[in-house]
Amino acid sequence: MAFEPILLRNIAKPGSETIGSYLASGGYQGLRRVLKEFAPEAFVEEVKASGLRGRGGAGFPTGAKWGFLPKATDRPRYLCVNADESEPGTFKDRLLIEKDPHLVLEGIVLSAYAIRSGTAFFYIRGEFHEGARIFSRALEEARSGGFLGKNILGSGFNLEVIIYRGAGAYICGEETALLESLEGKRGLPRLKPPFPAVVGLYGCPTIINNVETLANVTLIAERGAAWYAGIGRPPKNTGPKLFCLSGHVKRPGVYEAALGVPLMELIHEYALGMMHPDRPLKAVVPGGSSMKILPASKCDVLMDFDSLAAAGTMLGSAGGFVMDSSTCIVDALLNIARFYAHESCGQCTPCREGTGWFVKVLRRLEHGEGRPGDVDLLLDVARKVEGNTICPFGEAIAWPVQSYVEEFREEFDDHVARRACPLARMAAS
Amino acid sequence: MTIPVRPETDRRIDELLRRFPLRESALLPALHLIQEEQGYVSEESMEYAAAKIGVSAAFVAGVVSFYTMFHRSPVGRHHIQVCQTLPCALRGTRRIMKHLEERLGIRRGETTADGRFSLVAVECLGACDTAPMLQINDQEFGRLDPQRLDEILERLR
Repeated sequence: MAFEPILLRNIAKPGSETIGSYLASGGYQGLRRVLKEFAPEAFVEEVKASGLRGRGGAGFPTGAKWGFLPKATDRPRYLCVNADESEPGTFKDRLLIEKDPHLVLEGIVLSAYAIRSGTAFFYIRGEFHEGARIFSRALEEARSGGFLGKNILGSGFNLEVIIYRGAGAYICGEETALLESLEGKRGLPRLKPPFPAVVGLYGCPTIINNVETLANVTLIAERGAAWYAGIGRPPKNTGPKLFCLSGHVKRPGVYEAALGVPLMELIHEYALGMMHPDRPLKAVVPGGSSMKILPASKCDVLMDFDSLAAAGTMLGSAGGFVMDSSTCIVDALLNIARFYAHESCGQCTPCREGTGWFVKVLRRLEHGEGRPGDVDLLLDVARKVEGNTICPFGEAIAWPVQSYVEEFREEFDDHVARRACPLARMAAS
Repeated sequence: MTIPVRPETDRRIDELLRRFPLRESALLPALHLIQEEQGYVSEESMEYAAAKIGVSAAFVAGVVSFYTMFHRSPVGRHHIQVCQTLPCALRGTRRIMKHLEERLGIRRGETTADGRFSLVAVECLGACDTAPMLQINDQEFGRLDPQRLDEILERLR
């Protein structure tokens, strides 16, 4: 392990969240360069050439997303920053917002310039009180420094950034639910198409980008697409990445490495191995709670978009959590199912009802009241949820149910046969 | 209609109405302001917000009930929100909740008789590296064990 931090290069410095600290380490030089040397369209091409893929969960190429905006329009265009970090196991955007807000803000100004937007909304989850306070101060600092507001750095480009606090709803991290919430409504996802690039916030063309994605845009502006594309596993998995590790590791945290770092290296070298040395690894969910589980036997994987897809799961938001041999997989899934049942927006019947069924069946399995056929019932309900909802929330619960059952079928069957959980229950479920 | 909020809050909501291209966008920030002032969002405040923004009171009630951070009735002066989602559960949130219930003499979802503490279980707060963790009002506390919990409670009394 010898990755020199790029995204996290500033965070250990005292006062890293202030503009003084940011400027002292070369901050806003990328913005200066781009405003001088690039037309907006040329910078879109630069980001395309970098290979940057979105860090929020889907891994969609950022430059290509920007390219979906209609070319000729007299309507305003909006940039929405998705800082609604809520995927269980994920806490990387929070770190950037709290410790290096100007790295994110520089990326916002650059991206708004690229897509010719004059107003950006920073949608931050309501529970991130400290993050909202820090980011608000960063906006003021940037305004007085000429990096935000009218005629930024004398370029003629204007941008206002408005902070918008969520109020406790996981679903608002889904981009169209985020737009509904920004419009002051319940966060119910919209049917696509039309995609937000065409009909987004207030019916206008809109781009929604994740916090870490925007921090990467700053790096590309600073050092160029060619440099960026040389990090990781080119051509499709480029750049540095923040990996969250939690659960049964000795040192949980956010670790930066190039895309393609081995999962086992993250666990053993970055997070210093297992929390209890005498309890072997049982499973890892590498990408956040909505992603499929990897049993220990399948954990020799590289952590990038395509390697994890090939392994049958996804990088997602890189919110990895690690479970050791003391973990009951049924109990773990019950916890996840309870989360999704609580967070379902209730709009689509398969998701609203399906999540309730998962909780009901898993609860009786875990409490020794499982019936023959219950495990197949879980799979049957999952099949009926998957692909039958407006937004990917359906998959976000169907996939864990399917993969936990498929990978640990014996443990589920054992709960039915013994009419008890063989392991101590951990969760408040 | 009488205005159920302080003049300062009313003025700040007016500012919000000018900030967004669509008036409705002011609703969430207005509800945050109301709750900051009053600790919860009453029926009366919902009607006030609705009139202010130009939507129905039912619309506002729908929004308030959708988002878990908005309280429809008063909570304790110290509102303890214990994360119960898997990364915290793996590191012992159950023990934390149990300890709090014993120490405060209430069950989750309840408020102490003196109105000092309310205790709820919440979903992932995005701080899994400090699991098990909780929030008290807008402050976070992580790497909890019963002893640390007692120290935290002591300081709140």
